[in-house]
Amino acid sequence: MLLIKNGRVIDPASKTDAVRDILLDGETISEIAAPGKISRANGAEVFDATGLVVAPGFIDMHVHLREPGQENSETIETGTKAAARGGFTAVCCMPNTRPVNDNASITRFIVDRARVHGHVRVWPIGAASIGSKGEDISEIAAMRDAGIVAVSDDGKPLATAKLARQIMDYCRSLDLPVIEHAEDVSLAAGAVMREGIASTRLGLAGMPAAAESVCVARDVQIAELTGARLHIAHLSAKASLEQVRFAKKQGLHVTCEVTPHHFTLIDEDVTYDSRFKMNPPLAAREDREALLAGLADGTVDAIATDHAPHEPAIKDVEFDKAPFGILGFETAIGLALEQLVHTDRIPVMRMVELFTTGPARVLGKERKLAPGEPADVTIFSLDRPWTYHVKGSASKSRNSPFDGRTFKGGPAATIVAGKIVHPD
Amino acid sequence: MTYRFRDLLALEPLSADELTFILDQAKPFQEIQRHPLKKLAILRGKTVALAFFENSTRTRLSFATAASRLGADTMNLQAEASSLKKGETLLDTANNLNAMRPDCFVMRHASSGAADFVARHLEIPVVNAGDGTHEHPSQGLLDALTIRDRVGHLNNLNITILGDIAHSRVARSNIHLLGKFGCRFTLCGPAMWVPRELEKIGPPGTPIRCVYRVEEALEAADVIIVLRVQTERLHEPSLSQSDYILLYQLNAERMKLAKPEALILHPGPINRGTEITPEVADGPQSAVLEQVTNGVATRMAILYLLMVGASEGTHPALEVKPDAKSKESAHASD
Repeated sequence: MLLIKNGRVIDPASKTDAVRDILLDGETISEIAAPGKISRANGAEVFDATGLVVAPGFIDMHVHLREPGQENSETIETGTKAAARGGFTAVCCMPNTRPVNDNASITRFIVDRARVHGHVRVWPIGAASIGSKGEDISEIAAMRDAGIVAVSDDGKPLATAKLARQIMDYCRSLDLPVIEHAEDVSLAAGAVMREGIASTRLGLAGMPAAAESVCVARDVQIAELTGARLHIAHLSAKASLEQVRFAKKQGLHVTCEVTPHHFTLIDEDVTYDSRFKMNPPLAAREDREALLAGLADGTVDAIATDHAPHEPAIKDVEFDKAPFGILGFETAIGLALEQLVHTDRIPVMRMVELFTTGPARVLGKERKLAPGEPADVTIFSLDRPWTYHVKGSASKSRNSPFDGRTFKGGPAATIVAGKIVHPD
Repeated sequence: MTYRFRDLLALEPLSADELTFILDQAKPFQEIQRHPLKKLAILRGKTVALAFFENSTRTRLSFATAASRLGADTMNLQAEASSLKKGETLLDTANNLNAMRPDCFVMRHASSGAADFVARHLEIPVVNAGDGTHEHPSQGLLDALTIRDRVGHLNNLNITILGDIAHSRVARSNIHLLGKFGCRFTLCGPAMWVPRELEKIGPPGTPIRCVYRVEEALEAADVIIVLRVQTERLHEPSLSQSDYILLYQLNAERMKLAKPEALILHPGPINRGTEITPEVADGPQSAVLEQVTNGVATRMAILYLLMVGASEGTHPALEVKPDAKSKESAHASD
């Protein structure tokens, strides 16, 4: 048994924001009560959460664990360890591994590896098309039975409107969300950052915001056609957000996520340092403002990191030759507090929602602190100062633009199935 | 004054005074080019690595000649012969060349920011001899030297740049340098080569306008910089060459719209009959060959400043004692 004492419990599902004790018994939550009121806690291990926020376990619904295939950059073991350090209790790993997770045996491999080596829960996402090649539909039902929670061809968009239509039709019948990496590949071809004054100045090939938003517009219309649950991954452009806002007004099942780097940095922050290179690229100032507004007004459903480790040998090269992607787990809470909460853009309750009930709803799951629920808990500080040093990261890779950044508040403890997985 | 950076990666961070200082340092080296014996001993015993990861004839020869006339030896790496073809990374290649202990690393590379990337990893001075579509600092400096010689100054000139500005590292270096002297820019070419964002890349307050009619670009120009139509950098689908000639070729007829004393520059190599007609390229307003001569003097100044540093005393080229015994100098004066 584990007694989390005296923490400020913030639970969006029940709208609770009060100091409470929580008793975890085995893998489930046993009791929640006012401080000192839990009588059966005798002999329980005690975690003193005084001054800390105690929330339902955070979910990162968009991550790359690189296993199988690119274990030099990350493994399920190291990736989930970094996730635990970042305060996440569950992560959804994208299927662009080598080989691609487009069949039930790869899905089972990931689930089994995660059961043995994982520090947090791993919920795989299956490839929508075979090899994510955009041609034939993969064995989505078999993968669902093996444990996938969504489908996506992430890294690439659903290749054609026709494929998007078929995937959405099929996934509606399977009750799975379709996660879209929205990108018009012809508009984005060759680009290594967002098109604008910064790309023009640096002489780096840019993709316009429309490279994302024209694809979002296509998908929103196909979501309307099919009635599918469509989720836009790592949304970065104001015009894309407006499409999602419009879709929600129409009552469509359209949701979206935003990454911490897109609500923190902009294209003007890009230097020739490839740690600032990711896809979608850092957007314009006005896009970031729009994302901040969307995070506050409810248009954005989730914060997801798009944790994308790449080993130095392939990432520390010329900017235009480096692969897209940056680390995300360990800095997510720090950045959310810094950009959203400490700036009074959103209350802590809303931030917790963006990491818990928000992504859970997209995935068709629940996330709450209540007796009988899984004992997944994220405990974080609102004010403790700390500095992120990427050389001490639990990830195998080092590609973070936030190395050396000092934060006010961050993850304090991560509990999965009643076990403290961070700090270990 | 001294040059305050270790490297020369871009002209954007340099002030007008610093740019003037470099141009002034080039002045005495211009004299050397006219001397029968051109070899100095300032860099004797030093080695300049010339790492050209992208093809170049003119710039590589110009730097090699500059190094040689300063008395330095050169190490040459050329794209075709290099191990990059065998999969070695840029950083490994740079580290390997560096292990042969050169004193300066001059590099050209097809990736914007490549020189910046290498400079972060090496401790010796790095000279950017052209990085992707970013900057070509020595070209910007030699263009300014040529303009200053012909016009007499650099202040508040009307500069017109014709061609594929978006993909031109020369144009960016021209804007960053000449913009510091109050020059006004008119950028002209087909719309996809002249994005509006270019109006915002210059030094703060620099008037830059993008126009799509060559007639509008030529009137009032003091200097016309004609860029090469770079077929190797065109993104598909590319523009029709005959359309380009029809709309933008600099020919004698169009030159009548410009001031009679307007100066014509071209960074080379020229595609005669495409972006410029032979009669204009070879006409009295053209300073194309002066640019090439000034290129050597400018690069001598750059190598001198980065490898020795200007001292308080006289400029080394002012007490010219060319090394008459050197074979190279005998050849060079042939």
